[in-house]
Amino acid sequence: MFGMEFYVDPSRCIGCQSCLKACEECDTHRGVSMINFDFVDRSETIATAAYVCWHCDNPTCAQVCPADAIKKYEDGIVGSSLKPRCIGCSNCVLACPFGIPKLVPQCEQMMKCDMCYDRTSIGKRPMCATVCPSQALAYVAPETIAATRREKPVNTFWFGNQKITTKVYMMAPSSASEIAIDVADYIWEGEHELAPQTFE
Amino acid sequence: MAKVPLPAGEISSRYGPHLNYTPPGGWQGTSEGGTEKLVKTHCCFCGQQCGIQLKVRANQVVGFEPWEDFPFNRGMLCPKGVKRYLQGNHPDRLLDPLMRTDGGFRPATWDEALDFTARRLRELQGKYGKDAVAVYGGASLTTEKAYLMGKFARVALGTRHIDYNGRLCMVSAGTAYKGALGVDRAPNPWSDIAEAEVLMVIGANIGECAPITTDYIWRARDHGAKLIVADPRFTPIARNADLFLPVRPGTDLALLMGMLHVIVRDGLTDREFIAAHTTGFEKTAASVEAWTPHRAAEMTGVAPEAIERAAHWIGESRRAMLMHARGLEHQSKGVEGCEAVVAIALATGNIGRTGAGPIMVTGQGNGQGGREHGQKCDQLPGQRSLSDPEARRHVAGVWGIAPDDLPLPGYSAVEIMNAIHRGEIKGLFSICFNPLVSLPDANFTREALERLEFFGVVDFFLSETAAHADVVLAGSLQEEEEGVTANVEARVIHIQKAVDPPGNARADSAIICDLARRLDRGRYFAFREPREIFEELRLASQGGIADYYGITYEKIDRQKGVFWPCPTLEHPGTPRLFEDGRFFHPDGKARFMSLEWRDSGDPVDAEFPVYLTTGRVVSQYLSGTQTRRIGALVDQNPEPKLEMHPRMAEQHGLRAGDWVQVTSRRSAITLQCMVVRTIRPDTVFIPYHWPAERSANRLTHRTLDPRSKIPEYKVSACRIEKAAGPPNSEASLRQRSVR
Repeated sequence: MFGMEFYVDPSRCIGCQSCLKACEECDTHRGVSMINFDFVDRSETIATAAYVCWHCDNPTCAQVCPADAIKKYEDGIVGSSLKPRCIGCSNCVLACPFGIPKLVPQCEQMMKCDMCYDRTSIGKRPMCATVCPSQALAYVAPETIAATRREKPVNTFWFGNQKITTKVYMMAPSSASEIAIDVADYIWEGEHELAPQTFE
Repeated sequence: MAKVPLPAGEISSRYGPHLNYTPPGGWQGTSEGGTEKLVKTHCCFCGQQCGIQLKVRANQVVGFEPWEDFPFNRGMLCPKGVKRYLQGNHPDRLLDPLMRTDGGFRPATWDEALDFTARRLRELQGKYGKDAVAVYGGASLTTEKAYLMGKFARVALGTRHIDYNGRLCMVSAGTAYKGALGVDRAPNPWSDIAEAEVLMVIGANIGECAPITTDYIWRARDHGAKLIVADPRFTPIARNADLFLPVRPGTDLALLMGMLHVIVRDGLTDREFIAAHTTGFEKTAASVEAWTPHRAAEMTGVAPEAIERAAHWIGESRRAMLMHARGLEHQSKGVEGCEAVVAIALATGNIGRTGAGPIMVTGQGNGQGGREHGQKCDQLPGQRSLSDPEARRHVAGVWGIAPDDLPLPGYSAVEIMNAIHRGEIKGLFSICFNPLVSLPDANFTREALERLEFFGVVDFFLSETAAHADVVLAGSLQEEEEGVTANVEARVIHIQKAVDPPGNARADSAIICDLARRLDRGRYFAFREPREIFEELRLASQGGIADYYGITYEKIDRQKGVFWPCPTLEHPGTPRLFEDGRFFHPDGKARFMSLEWRDSGDPVDAEFPVYLTTGRVVSQYLSGTQTRRIGALVDQNPEPKLEMHPRMAEQHGLRAGDWVQVTSRRSAITLQCMVVRTIRPDTVFIPYHWPAERSANRLTHRTLDPRSKIPEYKVSACRIEKAAGPPNSEASLRQRSVR
């Protein structure tokens, strides 16, 4: 859908798994859900996280695919593996820094979120973001997010020395411009590019 | 008489619950069987009544599509809404009336089943008197069906005793709001939640029980609103609370009285508003004088400073809202709890404006509409009182009977079961109610059902309760009959008929009218379709508090819902009450109710030292008659788990996944435990959706609020001990799937 972007905000997630259930109702992959959902640590917290594929600008999954089965389309969407090409090797499953792709045993093929291509291409919102009762998954215009949310959308992630920029945004504290999760990312190791330290 | 005719295992192998995972035609079957249409209607489950489009092909609901234009939920749905469509083609669906035999149930013709039902009802009433037969209704029925049940009980059967499962849901809030404000409904539209500056959520697990309301709360937070959450558990929305008040089960009233104490003490009251628009403030202020934050803290386990802060945030705001649900209301002082919430709103002048007001979060599908038009034991259509001579004259006039022919108020839901147990009520006719799972003290309920001389049920699945019936009339799902419901904000909405009932199942209202004919009362039930019932309901409600006269199906479609009261056809409806400062009492003033502390009806002691509280999980609904049959929803919560804090687990040498026996003064059940830091260390929690050996309601007690007659589900006393393993019957109870 033109002018819309996808935003993920785990702080809004209530763990209802509506996204998970609705995803499998989507016409292109009926009966198979592409949502990644976790209880972060149920014994300690009620916190949950539901997320979709981040649709990397330079997708690691496609880079490591020996069969050239994963394509990034013009609009930045990274598709599921192409069925005739996918050899079910799981390279993408292992390589994705976000842990998104899944090997679906029934069809021996990697499948993952394609941002509801059948829906977004005809002006509908993706199924998960449409039903999400807390709008932890939201598909809206960037102006809307800027006008309505306290948090700030971020789409630069550091995994060690791998910098990844994505089409999908993570909502982060307003002071953050990038997301790094490893202490090593905050250590000064010379003159190469660094994730900025965030002090709050 | 009404014992289950087969062993539990045989009943479940024939009638389920089986698990349905796939849409009609399978996941891959798409275009077979003709064209597809989308029917704009609403979810059949909770009080949110989310707009949804059902995908229909060849008279079957095969899927859904979000309805993004419906303003309340704008396409949002919880997992129950997403998977609701899997009931229609379900293998457990009753396709014929069933008659009990010595060896189980057999299919019967409608003539046979209805004649038998009418004959038995008449025989019992002839032998024991009219009030020896009781009627149970339900709050998942459309408003037309609910209205019809009230009329059926009073006109066709002439019994005093009709009540409904909303007695387990909304009556504490209803009693309090009716008494204080003169009307039983949430005063504000839900859009006000997003406009509030301070939101206090007390005893309402919004994220799991009213999931899409979460978005309204988050939008308020996006604007900078402060969120206060009071709950014995750290619920999903508590994670983002600015102030979390971990109230001990059953002590919400003490918390609220402590807050009101601070509001009065610190001059946070709106004196002008109190003087102009209310009565009774002084008495209420006096009733909280002794409730210092320290005393409230000792009672609740919430820090005095936190009580002071919550009171100040609300008292210092002109846009404060207080939201409450069953946590506050399922107590033997549930009405007082709600009265305290209303008193805080009135004292601080937070009512009748955008973003300001006390609101009840109605839980059942038609929890609002189902309690407005005469299904309650003391009520006539339009939220009229059955004891009010003027109301009796009006409704009797619409019905074409003499006012004196209207029975007097009868027993409430639990009182009906008590009367069955002691032999006073001999016959029961029930629709949309599964009391064996949903009423407290389930063993008592089972004993009562077994004593019935006749039990007739209308249902679409053979619920645990229906298995006790002499006759089961195969009824309709929500999407099989047109009608209206009123959602949580009293917005009257249009339920569309999407498909016909399958097999020989019939529309509920047609069954009731047919039965009335067989009781020689056909002339009062000459309805050919729900629209005709609604037209009569409009007249019956006219001039009442819940005035539907100005509402039509077409107007609902045009406006995407009409908020009652709507007294004329030109009237747009009333999204927000009290904007003119007038309340619904004859003097136009709101009433402060004086608040008085009472202990729980099932106190903890040395033998039963642990608080037990019960509630819902997000993937299941009420007694589970519907949701325990939907595979994806059962997978999400396959079994009830006992939640406890690590501190309690350590005391009892328990680890996550251990089997634990929970014993109350009624009974004992054995469940697996979860060990989580998200619950008070003195409290355990069990979700209540399951029957038999997994039934939380085997443990709960039958103490009622003396005014609302709601059972005290939210606080019981229990003890826990490690069990050797699962109960013996566990294996036989595992559900079978039909992939």
